[in-house]
Amino acid sequence: MGNGTPIGRVRGLGTAHEGAHHWMQQRFTAIGNLVLMSYLVVSFALLGDFGHASVLKWLTSPIAATAIILLVISVFWHARLGLQVLVEDYMVDAGTKFGLTALLNLAFIGGGAFAIFSVVSIAFGGKA
Amino acid sequence: MSQRDQQNPARPLSPHLQIWRWGPHMLVSILHRATGDGMALVGLPLLVWWLGAIASGPEAYATFQSVMGSPLGMLVLVGVSWAFFQHMTSGLRHFVLDIGAGYELDINRMWSVAAPIIGILLTAAFWAAVLLK
Repeated sequence: MGNGTPIGRVRGLGTAHEGAHHWMQQRFTAIGNLVLMSYLVVSFALLGDFGHASVLKWLTSPIAATAIILLVISVFWHARLGLQVLVEDYMVDAGTKFGLTALLNLAFIGGGAFAIFSVVSIAFGGKA
Repeated sequence: MSQRDQQNPARPLSPHLQIWRWGPHMLVSILHRATGDGMALVGLPLLVWWLGAIASGPEAYATFQSVMGSPLGMLVLVGVSWAFFQHMTSGLRHFVLDIGAGYELDINRMWSVAAPIIGILLTAAFWAAVLLK
């Protein structure tokens, strides 16, 4: 925080202590979510039934597997950014903020990695 | 980090839900946050479970189906799908607001009312397409 110009006196005083980067990432991933979730919703509507065989058949096609992997990346990124705002807005204590942000990173990178691995394993005909 | 980080407990917090007069604009705003965080905390674990169950084979998938096919599970799925369509319509509203359009009072109010209604209609249409096949 500077103390010269008017912008220098207020920069970094928001709850996030940073500028537009987070906001832009939230929008870019939102566009990705819109496209990829539309694909998932239409796929759900077209899927004959939700039994293991038909879901497996759908997810082994290259287009579906690629779309769902990209969906996991875009949606998990977007959701992590969103929960970060929740933590920044409602958690007052700096230590709690730090700890919860670290927990978010672990949960979302871990969950996303597991989801992507699952799709890859399905597409390459792993256990199933 | 700034000196404002040294929290003073006596410092007043900004007014919150119980203070503001409810209107469609604040409803759609808080719905956007609630549905987004709800999907992040409930919907994504379900997505991870679903993909993991498919990958693990028919038995694991049958467990997923029996839990999520139960009345309580279906309620959660309908709730998550509604959260998605609500978040999508209010998110599209945000895209328009982000480019600086739609701030005229009547237009802003109209889309604040329309977004949740369209969200419910899309949820109903989605389940109709899934179930009436």
